[in-house]
Amino acid sequence: MGEKILMKGNEAVAEAAIRAGCRHYFAYPITPQNELVEYMAKRMPKVNGTFLQAESELAAINMVLGAAACGVRAMTSSSSPGISLKQEGISYIAACRLPAVIVNVTRGGPGLGNIAPMMCDYFQATRGGGHGDYYTPVLCPSTVQEFADHAPLAFEIAERYLTPVLILADGLLGQMMEPVEFPEKTPVPKDQSDWCVGPWEGKRTSHHVINSLFIVPEDLEEKTRILFEVYEEIKKNEIRYETYNMESNPSLVVAAAGTAARVTKSAIDELKAEGIEVGLVRPITLWPFPSEAVAKAASGAKKMLVIELNMGQMVEDIRLAVSGACPVEFAGKAGGVVFTPEDIAALIKEKM
Amino acid sequence: MQTRILCGGFGGQGVLLIGKLVAQAGMAEGKHVTWLPSYGPEMRGGTANVMTVVSDKPVGSPIFTQMDVLVALNHPSLEKFGPDAKKGALILINASNCGELPLDMPEVRAVRIPFTRMAEEIGNTKAANMVALGALVELTGCVAMRSIEDDLRHMLGKSKPELFEQNMEAMRRGAEKARELA
Repeated sequence: MGEKILMKGNEAVAEAAIRAGCRHYFAYPITPQNELVEYMAKRMPKVNGTFLQAESELAAINMVLGAAACGVRAMTSSSSPGISLKQEGISYIAACRLPAVIVNVTRGGPGLGNIAPMMCDYFQATRGGGHGDYYTPVLCPSTVQEFADHAPLAFEIAERYLTPVLILADGLLGQMMEPVEFPEKTPVPKDQSDWCVGPWEGKRTSHHVINSLFIVPEDLEEKTRILFEVYEEIKKNEIRYETYNMESNPSLVVAAAGTAARVTKSAIDELKAEGIEVGLVRPITLWPFPSEAVAKAASGAKKMLVIELNMGQMVEDIRLAVSGACPVEFAGKAGGVVFTPEDIAALIKEKM
Repeated sequence: MQTRILCGGFGGQGVLLIGKLVAQAGMAEGKHVTWLPSYGPEMRGGTANVMTVVSDKPVGSPIFTQMDVLVALNHPSLEKFGPDAKKGALILINASNCGELPLDMPEVRAVRIPFTRMAEEIGNTKAANMVALGALVELTGCVAMRSIEDDLRHMLGKSKPELFEQNMEAMRRGAEKARELA
């Protein structure tokens, strides 16, 4: 690890992506992730990379598809409405089985909404997002360091399973600064010969034709079956989560991700000082979802409280995971209003 | 030990920089820090604020309602955030353009210093934020003056040595004034 640098989340994830070997970045500006675009515009030419401000979000995601098909580490980023526009391309990338990284620094919605931090794209992110039968792995960081660490991890997962990977952070994490250290190592690039377009002298197979159109139903069925075999592998290997203060055997456990989780940690610390023990389970991968870890956290609890910066999306996955083992209650804020630790501490006391 | 600092002022008064210099100094001292600006549709002449946390332990929430320190460079910030100061909090008030606290708050320590006028005295109105930073560091000790000096020297020492000196002078005067009043 190198020295610590005070950076915005948007800048840290950009620098980490470059250090992870990303040399092709295509985007269209939108707040609150513009520092990411700005950083790439400044840095990419210095590392002989390509920065391209596309004419639209749709163009940017298709440039990512094209670059990924050529075997390079490619990335795009946007914020909620812009990510909606990219969904067609993300579905195509998933169908073509190409590795790519997409960063969504979310904002308030629906519609044009506002630029405040809101985690309201959970459903879109965890259910594929675009049309068709597919999923994308989703990483949800909670600190600037984790946001940076997720860039190389996203490329690794993308290449290991040949899938687009989404990093879902909110505007608060994009805008705030924290100390960050970058790892020295770059993830080892995967042998491209089994997925990238040629020229593969003498060993070119139909696999090197990048395509998502399979007009014969049986052909598409087979492609989809393979896709879902891969998803089973991802579920087996890539689930990530964190627990906090669970060793205190708390009767109430909070489930929260991203910014809501870190604010909850402060509330838990404050309550601990008053002698009240509360636990936290924080999904880091939103898909695949850490259902077993959530079920385990719920097994010793009297109640689970789901806290989200939306009107209740992750709560559905929590309810599926808890499966009636204890009551699950929900508290959310919409519009980009963020809970403070004081809010959450009061909320927990009320629910206990 | 955790210090939650809120700095507010007009856009252009350099409140974000106060928070950034505190955060950088804290980081250099091996502390845990967060810096969160208000990033709404702010404009020049509008209000801006920044929440900074300096802590011995990892920082959970970068956002808070109640603060340990409020630096109000303009009156609207004092009016908006003053009532949220914790018991025993320090409120640094820019006496050059702020009125009184909106509430009677006997449990806080309000210190009035004319940051803007003092900056004018050293020939740069824009250094009012640095006068305030000097007072903040002097009265809280949340980071060492030396750490900020090192950081500023790194940023300005070679490229703009006269600006570095002026900023240091502004901080020294802010600290001196704070000592006098303490």
